[in-house]
Amino acid sequence: MSTRLQPNALESEAIYILREVAAQFEKPVLLFSGGKDSITLVRLAQKAFYPSKIPFPFLHVDTGHNFPETIEFRDRLCSELGVELIVRNVQDNIDAGKVQEESGKYASRNMLQTETLLDALEEFGFDAAIGGARRDEEKARAKERIFSVRDDFGGWDEKNQRPELFDLLNGKIDLGQNVRVFPISNWTELDVWSYIQKENIEIPSIYFAHLRKVFLRDGMVWSANDAVVYREEEELVEERMVRFRTVGDMSCTAAVLSEAVDIAKVVEEIRDSSISERGARIDDKRSEAAMEKRKQQGYF
Amino acid sequence: MEVLKIATAGSVDDGKSTLIGRILYDTKSLTDDKLEAIERSSKQKGFDYLDFSLATDGLVAEREQGITIDVAHIYFSTANKSYIIADTPGHVEYTRNMVTGASTSQAAVILVDARKGVIEQTYRHFFINNLLQVKDIIVAVNKMDLVAFSEDKFTAIKKEILSLAAKSDYKGQHITFIPVSALKGDNVVYKSENTPWYAGKTMLEHLESLNAQDVYEISQARLPIQAVIRPKTEAFHDFRGYAGKLYGGSLSVGDAVTVLPSKTRSKVKEIYFFDKTFQTVERGTSVNITLENDINISRGDLLVKSDELPKEAKQIEAKICWMDVKKLVPGSKYIVQHGTQRVLAKVAAIKTVIKTDFSGNDEETDQLEINAIGRVNLKLAKPLFYDAYADNKANGSFILIDPQSNHTSGVGFIQ
Repeated sequence: MSTRLQPNALESEAIYILREVAAQFEKPVLLFSGGKDSITLVRLAQKAFYPSKIPFPFLHVDTGHNFPETIEFRDRLCSELGVELIVRNVQDNIDAGKVQEESGKYASRNMLQTETLLDALEEFGFDAAIGGARRDEEKARAKERIFSVRDDFGGWDEKNQRPELFDLLNGKIDLGQNVRVFPISNWTELDVWSYIQKENIEIPSIYFAHLRKVFLRDGMVWSANDAVVYREEEELVEERMVRFRTVGDMSCTAAVLSEAVDIAKVVEEIRDSSISERGARIDDKRSEAAMEKRKQQGYF
Repeated sequence: MEVLKIATAGSVDDGKSTLIGRILYDTKSLTDDKLEAIERSSKQKGFDYLDFSLATDGLVAEREQGITIDVAHIYFSTANKSYIIADTPGHVEYTRNMVTGASTSQAAVILVDARKGVIEQTYRHFFINNLLQVKDIIVAVNKMDLVAFSEDKFTAIKKEILSLAAKSDYKGQHITFIPVSALKGDNVVYKSENTPWYAGKTMLEHLESLNAQDVYEISQARLPIQAVIRPKTEAFHDFRGYAGKLYGGSLSVGDAVTVLPSKTRSKVKEIYFFDKTFQTVERGTSVNITLENDINISRGDLLVKSDELPKEAKQIEAKICWMDVKKLVPGSKYIVQHGTQRVLAKVAAIKTVIKTDFSGNDEETDQLEINAIGRVNLKLAKPLFYDAYADNKANGSFILIDPQSNHTSGVGFIQ
């Protein structure tokens, strides 16, 4: 038995929030993408309920454009934990004609995820969806509450949010409403990476430097996968050492040139980085209010 | 790493955003792409300087109107501390947002324009930080470059705020005055050569010297139970853990404890954090404890040390900051959320509206409008086990939830 437990404010805050979700809602779900933030959430959920199992299922909205490494990792982790994994595919909504695929050079399925997510929440009657979004990622996210109430259409009323005082979280909602919960709101990118290092948490291999076929566009490094990412003929493919800082869709996530092959080197690189994490998110570059607009429509 | 939460309040005119931007810029916390976005946007608006408010005002409506509407959270770190700035609006109609930001902050930065001196907004900001008993107050006397770095102006503002502090009920406060120019960078991160008469620290040096404890101060241990953990697996067949975040003081194996409201007594058997056990746990930690004997405990119960019992009452008096457009009126019913329990409450009486200008001219009233702070008597359906806010912030505060709209309508500080 160790003697004295030193508090870790961010970790204890996240565990507290996860326990509040489990207690205040009837049917919570954890949104799991296989990215580092949701993997961190999973570790925190394990800690919050140990020695019980994590008391809610995981939901993955699969765009069909995910990195295969992430999908393989997702399936393995869920079977190890013995949690139920629900997968809903954006492709199904496209096939049914409910949403239309974007076309052109910057086509991405990122926006289409929203519809599939809202459908899944309704299908299962989930009243709380736990996500790994952080306030430091983007300026509209900096305004987000920890318990963020959404209307029947998944909409975010950003000018009229519930005040959150002290640790007192109000999860009372009307029928049809649901709440997005962000336990690692106050973590920064470096906090997440440091935690992964300290806890020795396994993450998908694409987060570490590897050789990959890429091409350059607008000063960003794009993964060359012609099935998913549209490429002009003059955009030449070359093989470079790269890694991903954030793992969204292949079509909207740029790689960074990197030699960081292990977690210690990644943490070092993040510490010295002069580009923010979402600087590699092509979807945020669309306009100054890109994220706020997506959130109003129910995006995570 | 230590995390220090700081609340700032004010409008764009005070240079609040510029100050935050300056801190981020001088601590090299703004990444190239964020800086580029600010440059691009500043140029578009025809400014010949960098408009840092574009980094902090995240909503379209805020950028359009040039004001801060809601709390934004801004993050930066130095070699020895992580900082979270809760950037809150200063206008009177956003008092509730100021209270929200201050409720989770250990320190507050109050901006005063050196040319204008102490204004109504300064009074209110200072008052709210007193009400919430925020321990460290930094008065940043800004725009010193526009008053030729005049020591007299600085001293006059200092005197006026100290005279306000003398009128305050809360005496545990540390107030630090710093002459700064956010625009030029004087005394923010780097020491200024323009203020040879100022021997104190720069703003960042001062923040670095603060002790980044939890917002909840050292007092008596309070563990509001969030959940009972019963795995019912083979390995943990009889395991019964009580999970919650510990406030106020530490808890050790062997401590004699009492569970409220049942007043059942037991002893702490084990303290779990994930799969490890500990002898002692500090306040601010989310733990899972087991007890010597099986007693009936459920969510909403409060576990305390047996020789440190809280107060018990079915009628309480509290200062309430009202946050709902629907007015608070006598006879109305609300849900009190206190710790992890919810109790139905009826408003027995509304006594006075508290003036936030330290005049002491509180007015008698029978209702509270949005953004007003008043003294209210509540009658509860079940007894509350509480401490005075001054003794224990976590166990001395609550929110009021409207049972019809589910809004968080107000926050209370028990007297």
